[in-house]
Amino acid sequence: MEERKLTCIGCPLGCEIEVKLKEKQIISIIGNTCKRGELYVREEVTNPSRIVTSTVKVENGKIPMVSVKTQNTVPKGKIFECIKELKTISIKAPVKIGDIIIENSANTGISIIATKNVEVSE
Amino acid sequence: MREYDVVIIGGGPAGLAAAASAKKNGIDQILIIERDHELGGILNQCIHNGFGLHTFHEELTGPEYANRFIDEVKKLKITYKLNTMVVNITKSKVVTYMNSLEGMIEIQAKTIILAMGCRERSRGALNIPGYRPAGIFSAGTAQRFVNIEGYMPGREVVILGSGDIGLIMARRMTLEGAKVKVVAELMPYSGGLKRNIVQCLNDFNIPLKLSHTITKIHGKDRITGITLSKVDQKGSPMKGTEEYYSCDTLLLSVGLIPENELSDNMGIELDTVTSGPNVNESLETNIEGVFACGNVLHVHDLVDFVSEEASLAGKNAARFIKKLKVGKNNDLGKIIELKSENGIRYTVPGIIRLDQMDDTVVIRFRVAGVYKNCYISVYFDKERVIHKKKTVVAPGEMESILLDKAKLNDYPQLSQITIKLEEV
Ligand SMILES: Cc1cc2nc3c(=O)[nH]c(=O)nc-3n(C[C@H](O)[C@H](O)[C@H](O)COP(=O)(O)OP(=O)(O)OC[C@H]3O[C@@H](n4cnc5c(N)ncnc54)[C@H](O)[C@@H]3O)c2cc1C
Ligand code: SF4
Repeated sequence: MEERKLTCIGCPLGCEIEVKLKEKQIISIIGNTCKRGELYVREEVTNPSRIVTSTVKVENGKIPMVSVKTQNTVPKGKIFECIKELKTISIKAPVKIGDIIIENSANTGISIIATKNVEVSE
Repeated sequence: MREYDVVIIGGGPAGLAAAASAKKNGIDQILIIERDHELGGILNQCIHNGFGLHTFHEELTGPEYANRFIDEVKKLKITYKLNTMVVNITKSKVVTYMNSLEGMIEIQAKTIILAMGCRERSRGALNIPGYRPAGIFSAGTAQRFVNIEGYMPGREVVILGSGDIGLIMARRMTLEGAKVKVVAELMPYSGGLKRNIVQCLNDFNIPLKLSHTITKIHGKDRITGITLSKVDQKGSPMKGTEEYYSCDTLLLSVGLIPENELSDNMGIELDTVTSGPNVNESLETNIEGVFACGNVLHVHDLVDFVSEEASLAGKNAARFIKKLKVGKNNDLGKIIELKSENGIRYTVPGIIRLDQMDDTVVIRFRVAGVYKNCYISVYFDKERVIHKKKTVVAPGEMESILLDKAKLNDYPQLSQITIKLEEV
């Protein structure tokens, strides 16, 4: 049996929740004050995922870097791979918010998009 | 001297929302002055997501949130000056600014909205013994280096202070390949949001040491390490608890303070707790026609509330100008004082002028510590009129209550409103 301690981020109370797992199946959840805590823990244990944000080099832009994010959440275990891919590329100005920077980042099926407009430098 | 109806100092989220609101309330001669090369303020370097849940019901990154307001200001054809620094403001609302194109210029404003944001507390205030080697940065400065300039200040990092910027930077530096060894916090609780502790520290197994502080900085030219000690209940380091951590970078995330030099110089009364101006229900300072909003007024953790507060300042500035036009002076009428007691550190606003008040007024405040299962109570003189149960309150999360004008009018003798925490 596996035991995990998680802090719920649903509200400032930040309940410490204990989950017991058997063969990857949740058998008990204790410590949550409300239903949201249970939902959070279920998601965190079975499919933890995050939005990843970072920056990418811009060529010929008014500023040297453009901020980017994954369009949707990606599995937690893929975060570093997504970031690594971003390090290998640079893009040309102009960049518009929402422009796709990388398609299917780290084989997650999720694209990485720009979160800032960058004009061409004069 | 060129004249404007509203001059807004600072083009961050507060300045942008204030400008848009003044314009929508019928004012045309508006000028935003921003010292940076772009609008958006501190949000430009906050590339993480989590902004705008209250306002747009989606999670935006800082630059995206800022852009929504920048677009609006452009659409409303509000004039702004970039790379322009305001160096002085007088009581009679003469604003002196400086830039490389025009040099030093004076303009006359009918109203001024202060929206200069805040700055980080500096290391000088910290009193850590040892040399002052290179490699020590405020967390916000490091954020700017990494996210805007694209360069890493170091590889082996210790962070002092668990405010949100420190937590966000712990994750950011880790993603960029640095090793963040520890985040140390003097208080027995973190000043940061729970979400940031989980997603910025726990996700990457970065330890958070509460009730700890740095007692020594090692290294002469460049920092080589620090000594961390546990502190007792009074916050004094305890002998025998010292631990050494090697590092080439120390980030300080020890708090923010309103950018108050211009305000102070022009004779604005500052609050001793917030370090921002004392304001009334209209967010107007002790100088008539000078308003303040956003982090220059009191430090916010959620930008949504900055935008909300700033719209109100913009609207009130517009109202002030309309009154000037019809020649009505802002006579004071009845003043009700707000007092904070028992676990409440301050309130914004500090006074309410009943005649000037809208149908409702939002009172924002912060608590002094972490309290579980308590009540936020509001007293009209001696009578308790609001008794709101809270499962938890913490200094890191700004609280608010809403007061109704109708209710205030039910108490014709009312002279003081007290807000306090009460136990169950
Ligand atoms: C590092 C950091 C991280 C944050 N992270 C989050 C987060 O994750 N989520 C969230 O909701 N909120 C976050 N916040 C809070 C939120 O971003 C701020 O509350 C908000 O940006 C404040 O807006 P503002 O307009 O008052 O100040 P600012 O954004 O600081 O804008 C002030 C502007 O005024 C300009 N200025 C100052 N003095 C002068 C002068 N003399 N002349 C001309 N211009 C001047 C500055 O250049 C700046 O552009 C963060 C804040 C900081 C500091
Ligand atoms: S379990 Fe409920 S009460 Fe506890 S932190 Fe999560 S959302 Fe808040």
